[in-house]
Amino acid sequence: MSNVPVNNGRRRFLTAATAVVGGAGVVGVAVPFIGSWNPSARAKAAGAPVEVNVGKIEPGQLIRAEWRGKPVYVVRRTEKTVADLADLDDQLRDPNSEKAQQPEYATNPYRSIKPEFLVALGVCTHLGCAPTYHNGDFDQFVEGTSEGFFCPCHGSKFDMAGRVFQGVPAPLNLMVPEHSFTSEDTLLIGVGQGEA
Amino acid sequence: MKKLLLAICALVPLFAFAAGPSVQLDKANNDLTDKESLKNGFKTYINYCLGCHQLQYQRYNRTFKDLGIEETDGIENYMYTGEKSGDHITNTMPAKEAAKWFGTAPPDLTLEARLRSPDWIYTYLRSFYMDEKRPFGVNNTLFKDVGMPHVLQDLQGVSSIDEHGKVSPAMGGSLTTEEYDIVVRDLTNFLEYVGEPSKLERESMGYKVLIFLFIFFVISYFLKKEYWKDVH
Amino acid sequence: MLTNFMAWMDKRLPVTDAWNKHLAQYPAPKNFNFWYFFGSLAMLVLVNQILTGVWLTMSYEPSGDGAFASVEYIMRDVDYGWLLRYMHSTGASAFFIVVYLHMFRGMMYGSYQKPRELLWIFGMLIFLVLMAEAFMGYLLPWGNMSYWGAQVIISLFGAIPVIGDDLTQWIRGDYVISGATLNRFFALHVIAMPLVLVILVFLHILALHEVGSNNPEGIEVKKKKGTIKPEDQSKFTFHKQYTDKYDIVDAIPFHPYYSVKDIMGVAFFLFIFCWVMFFAPEGGGYFIEAPNFEPANGLKTPEHIVPVWYFGPFYTILRVVPDKLFGAVAMFGAIIMLFALPWFDRGTVKAIKYRCTLHTINLIQFVICFIVLGILGTKSATPLNNMIGTAASFGYFGFFILLWFYSKNEKCKPVPERVSH
Repeated sequence: MSNVPVNNGRRRFLTAATAVVGGAGVVGVAVPFIGSWNPSARAKAAGAPVEVNVGKIEPGQLIRAEWRGKPVYVVRRTEKTVADLADLDDQLRDPNSEKAQQPEYATNPYRSIKPEFLVALGVCTHLGCAPTYHNGDFDQFVEGTSEGFFCPCHGSKFDMAGRVFQGVPAPLNLMVPEHSFTSEDTLLIGVGQGEA
Repeated sequence: MKKLLLAICALVPLFAFAAGPSVQLDKANNDLTDKESLKNGFKTYINYCLGCHQLQYQRYNRTFKDLGIEETDGIENYMYTGEKSGDHITNTMPAKEAAKWFGTAPPDLTLEARLRSPDWIYTYLRSFYMDEKRPFGVNNTLFKDVGMPHVLQDLQGVSSIDEHGKVSPAMGGSLTTEEYDIVVRDLTNFLEYVGEPSKLERESMGYKVLIFLFIFFVISYFLKKEYWKDVH
Repeated sequence: MLTNFMAWMDKRLPVTDAWNKHLAQYPAPKNFNFWYFFGSLAMLVLVNQILTGVWLTMSYEPSGDGAFASVEYIMRDVDYGWLLRYMHSTGASAFFIVVYLHMFRGMMYGSYQKPRELLWIFGMLIFLVLMAEAFMGYLLPWGNMSYWGAQVIISLFGAIPVIGDDLTQWIRGDYVISGATLNRFFALHVIAMPLVLVILVFLHILALHEVGSNNPEGIEVKKKKGTIKPEDQSKFTFHKQYTDKYDIVDAIPFHPYYSVKDIMGVAFFLFIFCWVMFFAPEGGGYFIEAPNFEPANGLKTPEHIVPVWYFGPFYTILRVVPDKLFGAVAMFGAIIMLFALPWFDRGTVKAIKYRCTLHTINLIQFVICFIVLGILGTKSATPLNNMIGTAASFGYFGFFILLWFYSKNEKCKPVPERVSH
């Protein structure tokens, strides 16, 4: 008899059956190895929602919170700032927030739940630097404005709703994370409106 | 003759089982699928034990999830400090001072059920008796000269020990003996769960894996038999 | 497409030739029995230890402060971390069960005799490195038994005259076992020893294929060229490297016959392995020891310090000798006796089937003594246990001494030319 297996239907079937079941077993064994790479409970706990007291923020003031390792900018905008937002529309890449950089309830002209408060990740959508908040001297970057965000790394600019200007390297508006207000003065970053 | 020799020789290893005496422990009869029991044990732990003993490797939210407690209910009824539900179950007792007060710092109990066994914990919590020579007035038949006070005394009452070392039934507690035993059993059940939260998942996965392997063995057996027809 | 690709490969690296030489045209005796599963099972367990070990390293923290907590992190916070941990801990004990049975096979069938002495030596080196690997691995969880077990074994080196104390301090890297010891054991356990182990296994198999496998009857299947009639020649095709030198009978190509049989063996083994891992991972307190569920504490010694069960036999031999230095010498001596087995056995008949009755009895008493020594190794050193242990130690060493004496002029049964059907 040579080394060539007998061309037997039964032999082929059994080999195939073993291979298929064995293959399923290999996939099963792979599950814990691949699954263990998911964020652990420790990572998820560190990424848990963060409560911020916004009652004491002055108009025009920015405070920094941290959520999932990233800086979150919370700015109390004045009524004038909010009203002036519409004037900048034609200088912006995505004035109507068409790209998915914010939750549904923040898809509005001021990109937030309450017009008073901007809640946005302080992460430039170009390559991730933290943009600097300019309150009063932003006209050196954009004529006719007084507040905004300027990224020192490569010069990207964002308005007071976190919307990105045209002609800068950053392609998208600043990301607005899921957030909600659990009381008048308490902002919860990480849990959206209507979620448990 | 060879077989007889073999049989006799096989008995020799039994000599090696010259083991020492072991302590008599009562059976806890835990049931990790009994979520109500686990919840009661959790409550008892929070109210009576957490002040001194941490569960530093166990997270609140994991406990809520496994025991079927709603997150908001859990935060309200089981968490008395300002921690987040993802935090570990810790206390603020300073270790050095605790060592001074109790002789030794109260140990973390996350793995106690695996270290000593659930039956040990069940027996221990029901083995306190009055002993005025001890700093807290109590001693324990399972753990001689233990530094721990009888925290559950108001539930169990007090026992005394006679000259033969026999402990009398406890008197004066708010619970009957049967009720107290159930409280302790639920607490032990909870501690067994905390020792290994994934135990039930492990066993459930085990059944499926063994069934799969049995099927695979049968198929591979027939494959082997088929190929080995070639060999004479 | 595939044939073109293989032709391209083969011109640059002899892949097909290696496949044939070591698998599809490797002549394996056709009468392998149950005892021949354990070599491939040992390889399976090695792969398991390496894969699960690498994955555990992704979450484990090798510091005195963080190690214990990181193991609980793996058990609770990492998805399926508990499963990876148990695969690794059950695998460690399974490794020794498989390897001991594998070694016993070699002793039963004389697989260490000429020309397989080097094969046996490589195997013994693997066993030695495996023990070092397991010992260092056991320190890593940084439990109380980890700490004190390491303390006892490292302090053995203090028994060596003159250099002993300096040596133990050098091994520890500190005045007591500490994070320094843990860190270096981690490096050795994760990288150095596994590398050495893999290289040794490679050499072990290479040495095996060079001389060919033994079999339960101890009858060589590779005969001198020209001694076998054409009609008795094997119907299978074997690699030139073998057929040029030998007439091969009673052998079958490893692939597909033994690959298919080993798959079946693997399935059965995994069934038992998974039954233990999923339903009794602590192994009754022997695979994961209870005292290890509290962190290492230099001020609190466990009631019974015993090494993990697989070191039992050698630990008992150490303990029954009243003197510290001679105890250590006896323990290492026990392993050296195994190394020198090919030379203790002066006989030429290989398998137990054709050897004298005394050899069978000798081998049986050796096994009983080894098991008794192992059980005693998990118990405390009472006077009775020490007595039994001493007797068993005599039985252990006596095996080799006796063998040396009767093997020279042994009255063996006549060994047939061909393997029985």
